[in-house]
Amino acid sequence: MIDLIAKSAADGLLPVTIGSMTLTELPLREMHSIAPFKGAKVSAALKKATGVGLPDVGRGTAKGGVEILWTARGQYFLIGATPPKLSAAITDQSDAWCAVVLSGESAPQVMARVCPLDLGRMGEGDVARSLVGHMTAIIVKRADGFEILVFRAFAKTLVHELREVMVSVTAQAALPD
Amino acid sequence: MRINCPICGDRDRREFYYLGASDYLNRPAEGDLDAIHTYLHIRENPAGVTKDLWHHEAGCSSWLVVERNTSTHEIHSVTLASEVTK
Ligand SMILES: [Zn+2]
Repeated sequence: MIDLIAKSAADGLLPVTIGSMTLTELPLREMHSIAPFKGAKVSAALKKATGVGLPDVGRGTAKGGVEILWTARGQYFLIGATPPKLSAAITDQSDAWCAVVLSGESAPQVMARVCPLDLGRMGEGDVARSLVGHMTAIIVKRADGFEILVFRAFAKTLVHELREVMVSVTAQAALPD
Repeated sequence: MRINCPICGDRDRREFYYLGASDYLNRPAEGDLDAIHTYLHIRENPAGVTKDLWHHEAGCSSWLVVERNTSTHEIHSVTLASEVTK
């Protein structure tokens, strides 16, 4: 069989460093969306199989290399593991997303220009579904900045939008008072 | 303008899609043509309190019933549509 070479969504576009900020792509990970059927309890079975149970609304849970993010009402993303058979609608979304991390001192200022969330209210491990420019996105607050996930087809647009703002914020900071 | 989504909390208007009057939740029985006509086309246009359906499109994907005042722009309540139709 031909061995195909996996190409990440932002291949050739990242990483970039502008001023105090760095934008990097996260490596490809296995990803499944899990939408439990009405009334179904799947958290215990998930925890048994993957080590991680379902998080609260607006949160993520992680252990080892496995993570579950709350991504919408009644919907979760399991990252880094294969889900067991559950009473839930499960779709494999590996390779369908682009994940990047924006870190550095001015990262909150950059996000404030492109995202309508109250980012100051987000603590480490908080997850929100919102917008980056006109793209729907999943935003996770990390210790070192913001993890942003968008549909894979938006990778180039996401990098473009964030780059522009990173340049602008950095240029503005360099202006004399 | 901000809408306090029962699931996500206080969010910017940009995350929401507006559908129209919450009358859409009360679908009449099949066959009753007058009722269907009213359901589809007849709307109040109040200067005051009105109830609309909004979709938290760029958020948790919930349908919401938002009670607001068209004169003062106050938002009085936000309820999950699934709770209203129960
Ligand atoms: Zn919401």
